[in-house]
Amino acid sequence: MKYVLILLYILLPLFASAKTIEVCPTCPVSQIKVGIDLAEEGDLIIIKAGTYKEHDIKITKNNIRIKGEGRPVIDGEMVGTVFHFSGSNFTLSGLKIIHVGHSYTQDFAAVLVINAKHFEIDDMILEKVYFGFLVEKSKHGVIKNCIVSSKNKDEAGAGNGVHIWKSSDMLVTNNDLHGMRDGIYLEFVKRSKMTHNHSHGNIRYGLHFMFSNNDEYSNNTFENNGAGVAVMFSKYIKMSENTFLLNWGDSSYGLLLKEIYDAEIHDNEFIQNTIGINIEGSTRINYSNNNFRNNGWAVKVKGACYKNKFYKNNFLQNSFDISYKGQINSNEFKSNYWSEYTGYDLDKNNVGDIPYRPVKLFSYIVNETPETIVLLRSLFVDIINFSEKVTPVFTPDNLVDASPAMKPIPKRKPQ
Amino acid sequence: MLKILKYSFYDLMRSRWSYIYFLFYLALGFVLLFLFNDVSQAVITIMNIILVLTPLIGTIFGVMYYYDSREFTELLLSQPIKRRNIFLGQYIGVATSLALSLFLGLGIPFVTYGLFQSSEIWNFSLLLVTGVFLTFIFVALSYNLALSYDNKIKGFGFAILLWLFFAVIYDGLFLILLLSFSDYPIDKLALIGSSLNPIDLSRVLILLKLDISALFGYTGAVFKQFFGSSTGMISSFALLLAWVILPTWRILRKSKRKDF
Repeated sequence: MKYVLILLYILLPLFASAKTIEVCPTCPVSQIKVGIDLAEEGDLIIIKAGTYKEHDIKITKNNIRIKGEGRPVIDGEMVGTVFHFSGSNFTLSGLKIIHVGHSYTQDFAAVLVINAKHFEIDDMILEKVYFGFLVEKSKHGVIKNCIVSSKNKDEAGAGNGVHIWKSSDMLVTNNDLHGMRDGIYLEFVKRSKMTHNHSHGNIRYGLHFMFSNNDEYSNNTFENNGAGVAVMFSKYIKMSENTFLLNWGDSSYGLLLKEIYDAEIHDNEFIQNTIGINIEGSTRINYSNNNFRNNGWAVKVKGACYKNKFYKNNFLQNSFDISYKGQINSNEFKSNYWSEYTGYDLDKNNVGDIPYRPVKLFSYIVNETPETIVLLRSLFVDIINFSEKVTPVFTPDNLVDASPAMKPIPKRKPQ
Repeated sequence: MLKILKYSFYDLMRSRWSYIYFLFYLALGFVLLFLFNDVSQAVITIMNIILVLTPLIGTIFGVMYYYDSREFTELLLSQPIKRRNIFLGQYIGVATSLALSLFLGLGIPFVTYGLFQSSEIWNFSLLLVTGVFLTFIFVALSYNLALSYDNKIKGFGFAILLWLFFAVIYDGLFLILLLSFSDYPIDKLALIGSSLNPIDLSRVLILLKLDISALFGYTGAVFKQFFGSSTGMISSFALLLAWVILPTWRILRKSKRKDF
C-alpha cells in the first residue's frame, strides 16, 4: 500500500500535467500570453485559427508544447520579439508570425531561444520579420520545414533568417529562407547540420559560418544571394551535395572560404556564379567531385593557401578556370576534367597525355589590372593566351594538372 | 541611286560570292546548334565568329568590288548621273547583300531550332544587328581606302591592315595602355577605349547582355551603368551609326573630287 502511494505520488503529476489548453479569439482563453501563464510543465497549448496581436510572449517553463491549428497568425505589430523561449524540451509548430519589431540596437526575433535544450520547431511561416529564429547558448535543437522571409533592402537594417550563436548539436533542415541579411548565420556553433535548405535572394550570404567547427551542410541550394556561402575562421567543416546557383554580382561568390582548415568539399554544383569558390588563407582542404559550370571564375585562389587538393572535379565552360595569386605552396590539381583541355590520349586510358595548365595569361593579367576585363573574348586575348599556352612565361609553370581526365567525371551516387 | 544599288546588288548575286557567304553562315549556324544543342552557348560562339569575320569579309569584299567594277564605274561616270548616286548606290548595294547573307544565313538555322521559344531572342537579335552594323562600317572603310589608292596591291594591303588594326592591334595597344596606367583609376579610360573601336564596342555590348556580364566585376559597375542603361544603349548605337555615317560621308567627298 505504501509503495502504491509512493508510485501514485510520482505518477500523479505526469497525468495531471498532460492537460491541453485551447486558445482562440472567442474562447475563454483568448490570448496566448494568458494560455502560457495557465500552462504547467508538460502541457499542450493549441492555438486555433485567427489573428493574435501579441508580442513578448515569454515561456520559461520546461516541457511546453505549442501547436497552431488552421495556421493562426501572430502579429508582432512591429514592436519587439514575439516568442521568447528559455525552457527546455519545448516544441513549436504550425504558426505564422508576422511583423516583428525592427531595431538598430536590439536583435528582435520572431522566435528567440536562449539556454534551451532538446527543442523542436516545425512548420512555421515567418513573414516581415527582423530576425527569424534567434538561438543562443542552446543544445540539441531542431528547426525544420519553416519558411522565413522578409523584404529587406539594406544590409545594416536587416536580420538573419536563422541565427545561431554559441550552440551545439543543432539541426536546421528543409527550410526556405529569403529576403534576409544572411539566410542562416552560425557563430560559435559546434557539431551541427544544415541540410535540404533553400536559401535564396538574401542580401548578404545564403549561409554564413564564423568560428564554427565540426559542422556539416549538405543538399542545400543557395541561389541568387549576395554571395552563396561564406565559411570563415572555422575548422572541420563538411560541405557536400549543395548547389550554388546564380550568385551573380560584383565581387559575388558561390562559396567564400577564409581561414578554413581541414574541410571537405565534395559533390557540389557551382553553376553560373561570378566566382565559384574564392579561397583565402585556407589549408588542408579537399575538393573532389564538384562540378563547376558556366562560372566567371571557377576557383579563385588568393594566396596563403597550403595543401589544398583538387581531385576529380569537372570544370565546364567557365570563363576562367583558375585564377591564382602567390606561390604554388603544395596545392595540388589532379585528375580533373577541363572542358578547355585540347590534349590527346594515345594509350586510351582516359588520362590526357600532356598536362593541362588551368591558368591562362589573360586571367593573370586581369588579376593584376582588373579593368582589362573589357578585353574579355577579344581576338587579341585569344592570341596571347594561345602563345602563352605554347610557351609559358608569366603563368606559374608548376601549376598544372598532370593527369587531366579526357571525359567528364560522372556524378557519384548519393551515399 | 536606287537603280545603281540594284545593279550592284544583282551583280554580287550573280557572282555567287554572296551565296557562298550565305551558305557558310547557314552551315555554321546549323553545325553550332547541332554541336551545342543550346541556343545561348551557340550565341557566344557565333559572337566570336561574327566579331572577327564580318569585318574581314566586309573589308575584302568592299575593296574587291571597287577594283573589279572600276571599268563599269568609269562607264557610269561618263553618263549624266550624279557621282554621289553612283558611289552611294554601289556601297549600299555591296553592304546590303553582305548583310543579307549574314542575316539570313544565321537567322534561318536559329529560327528552325526554335529561337522564338527561347529567351535568347534579344541577345540573338542584338548579335545580328551589330553584325549588320559591322558590315556597313567595314565596307565603308574599305571603300574609302580603295578610293584613295588606285594601286590595287596598295589598296588591298591597307585594307587588310585596317582590319588587323581594329581586330587585333587596337586591343593590344589598348591593353598596354591599361597596364601601364594601372596605378590610376582607369575605368573611364577603359570605357572610352572600348567604345572607340566598333569591334570592341559591339563585343562589350553583346557581353553585357549575356550572362557573363557580372564578370566585369567592380570595374563593370561603370560599364553596366553606361551600357546597361537605355541612354548607354542609345549612345553606343549612335556611335556605331557614326562609324557608318562618317566613312560614307568621306566616300562622297572623296569621290566628288577624285579625278578618274
